[in-house]
Amino acid sequence: MQSAINTAGKSHGSNDLLAHMRAEFGPRILAEQVTCDGIPTLWVQRQDLKAVLQELKEDCKPHFEMLFDITAIDERMRVHRDGQPASEFTVVYHLMSFSGNCDFRVKVPLMDADLVVPSVISIWPNANWYERETWDMFGIKFQGHPNLYRIVLPPTWKGHALRKEHPARATEMEPYSLNDEQGAFEQEALKFKPEEWGMQRESENSEFMFLNLGPNHPSVHGAFRIALQLDGEVLVDAVPDIGYHHRGAEKMGERQSWHTYIPYTDRIDYLGGVMNNLPYVMAVEKMAGIKVPERVQVIRVMLCEMFRICSHLLFYGTFAQDVGQLSPIFYMFVERERVFNIIESICGARMHPGWFRIGGVAQDLPNGWDKRIRELLDFMPARLDEYDSMVMNNGILKRRTQGIGVYDTAEALAWGVTGGGLRATGCEWDFRKQRPYSGYENYEFDIPIAVNGDCYDRCAIRVEEMRQSLRIIKQCMDNMPSGHYKSDHPLTTPPRKEKSLQDIETLINHFLSVSWGPVIPPNEVTVAIEATKGINSYYLVSDGSTNSYRTRIRTPSFAHLQMIPEISRGFMVADLIAIIASIDFVMADVDR
Amino acid sequence: MTFEVGSGLSIGSILFTVIIVAAMLIWVERRLLSLWQERLGPNRVGPFGLLQVVADMIKIFTKEDWVPPFADKLSFVLAPTVIMIVILLSFAVVPFAPGVGVIDSNIGVLFVLAMASLGAYSVMLGGLASDNKYALLGSLRAAAQMVSYEVFMGISLLGVVALAGSFNLREIVLAQEGVWYVIPQFVGFVIFLIAGIAESHRLPFDIPEAEQEIVAGYHTEYSGMKFGMFFVGEYLGLVLISSLITVLFFGGWMGPFLPPIIWFVIKASLFIAFFILLRAAIPRPRYDQLMTFGWLVLLPLSLLNLMVTGAIILSMQ
Repeated sequence: MQSAINTAGKSHGSNDLLAHMRAEFGPRILAEQVTCDGIPTLWVQRQDLKAVLQELKEDCKPHFEMLFDITAIDERMRVHRDGQPASEFTVVYHLMSFSGNCDFRVKVPLMDADLVVPSVISIWPNANWYERETWDMFGIKFQGHPNLYRIVLPPTWKGHALRKEHPARATEMEPYSLNDEQGAFEQEALKFKPEEWGMQRESENSEFMFLNLGPNHPSVHGAFRIALQLDGEVLVDAVPDIGYHHRGAEKMGERQSWHTYIPYTDRIDYLGGVMNNLPYVMAVEKMAGIKVPERVQVIRVMLCEMFRICSHLLFYGTFAQDVGQLSPIFYMFVERERVFNIIESICGARMHPGWFRIGGVAQDLPNGWDKRIRELLDFMPARLDEYDSMVMNNGILKRRTQGIGVYDTAEALAWGVTGGGLRATGCEWDFRKQRPYSGYENYEFDIPIAVNGDCYDRCAIRVEEMRQSLRIIKQCMDNMPSGHYKSDHPLTTPPRKEKSLQDIETLINHFLSVSWGPVIPPNEVTVAIEATKGINSYYLVSDGSTNSYRTRIRTPSFAHLQMIPEISRGFMVADLIAIIASIDFVMADVDR
Repeated sequence: MTFEVGSGLSIGSILFTVIIVAAMLIWVERRLLSLWQERLGPNRVGPFGLLQVVADMIKIFTKEDWVPPFADKLSFVLAPTVIMIVILLSFAVVPFAPGVGVIDSNIGVLFVLAMASLGAYSVMLGGLASDNKYALLGSLRAAAQMVSYEVFMGISLLGVVALAGSFNLREIVLAQEGVWYVIPQFVGFVIFLIAGIAESHRLPFDIPEAEQEIVAGYHTEYSGMKFGMFFVGEYLGLVLISSLITVLFFGGWMGPFLPPIIWFVIKASLFIAFFILLRAAIPRPRYDQLMTFGWLVLLPLSLLNLMVTGAIILSMQ
């Protein structure tokens, strides 16, 4: 059902859009590609890239306000590329239109000998980090980029990790050793050189102080460094430095089978638990053509909303803590513990259950599953009201967070901000409402918005979202459909077992699927969901094998961190901490 | 040797008690905070975790005594001792009960204020000697905060001094025979309370050592016993401020039935608990907000308080 709805919103406009682009660019369009997610995909030469993107952003209808993602595919080993132009490396631009509620993909073919494309920073400022990441991972140069340095891998890294010739496991590489000389070299490479970032060391009347906030700092929520340029305590500029939490999750996606990759997704946004499984399994299901039973959809929604509550509670507590309020985090852990107890009794694990499966979930709900949920629904609303009076209505907290780190809707879209950060600017956009997936259209809930787009509003949005999540959980509980917890499609993994000892077809299918894993038909798909921190999407490329040819994970936190310098200039160090707290990110989600 | 003001026994036991109480406060604070925060707190070492402090002390005394190579050695070592010494010296003028005290000075109030000003040096020296950017920011904040809040602290006390007609803390207590000064000097009390928190830089005014912002502020580079002195110094400051509030505004040792020293302990403990509760409840204002609040609200208010008190005293004569 979700595929029908996901494409329904787009298809009526996408034909007009493609016609418009054909009329505008004619033979300069190399090819049109059809993918199973229904997102119109155009191939263009690199010299036409900027013109095409400019057209899509400014002149066509609807406008594509947001550059959602830039990534690349190493096509050299790929089979089943029928109808696509010759290419060794393809750069993929994924655009999103909020006015037209649709997506667009632009692909640029490149040859290994000449990996250069023009930078599009002049069109969308948030292209900066995406282009750096693509350079880092594939060695593709972006002409006109002001500082095309490595972003997630260390500056001293050799090779580009997502190229197919780069090893995926440490065991395929030389044993790692670090002698004194090498250590000193690595240390030196980590030094922050303000000149590289176009920063002055002094102004007319004062000398600036450069302060490394992180990688280990009490309030950067993980291993994250921001190099600050300070005039007294006032922030002149800042350079976020990420990558300390990089694990190569995308590379692992190309190594694991479709099924065994699921637990890795849990750890992308490690506070989101099974919510991370959802876009991944839905993407695989879309390529496999699996339609999941209604019971599965409701179970999935229920668990996702529980994880949303868990994640938001932790955000709420740390937000208060970062402005110096000591106690709320402890109260919120009480609730969080209750929700985790429910999750544990259903999934068997607390933070990273890895519980969704291709075509279903791992197990059926246990007997009496609703008892603890009922207790939670009775217990939590009153506590949330109590927190409001403790945190949100506190005068000092208001003075610390209102009017701090403000941005408006246009800026948010230009920087790729999604989720609560976008809704705090007054833009009512929630994937669960705009493009319902997994049956979200069947629930009654509201999308909270705020108007000021400051730190306080970003927190207020999430507080209200918890109440809405409780509403959704209640509806899930009251209307849990009967049926099976897995689809009967042959590619469901692990497959249903009822008939496997009765007919040979099912037995063979079961055997293959359990031993090698399912073979997913060749295709490309992007599935995005409203995750805890914004829009999380998986872009999967299958070339008809037991594992993914390319797994691209677009996470909200990555985009949000890029905006920090933009919204913190001119504020004080203490404000920066409030801004960081209000963004709600985890570094695992940023670095992947 | 008799137990009276200024006797060796009195001095020794006050010094000993004050330090032990400050150390035990670490345990009290952790247990109280955990009580208010729905958790257990330290409860493993000894009954109710009471020996936690002993364990901490053993750890802190046996830790390597380390001075960072880039620090300015002399001031780095000197800084934590300064805070301990000046706060302990301040206790010299505190009248705990009739006959219990170190010295009966007729400039008691001024002495306490003078010692508080010296305390600022400890924090500044510590931060500057560390040669660490976080410590530098912390000591800058501390210097600004402590110097400004001393002003209001001093002025807020002048009302009490005017009413009692003396700088002698013992005489101030005796002057509260009829009515505690918290009633005629309520404004002065509130200002002194706020300034007191700022002086002992505890949450919500722990801006010089705001963990979320500047890691540990001026004592970022400190470890072992040198850190321990800053740490215990903070609790000594807490005891001192609570004792002073008791003496200046709540009639010191005075109260019915119970022995005077018990009354003093009860009153001071209540304020200590109040300070701990504040820490659990209130977020931290920003550094410039604290300054603005100080100069634009507290200063005019304390001056007004002083003028009104003066006017009333004059009109009564």
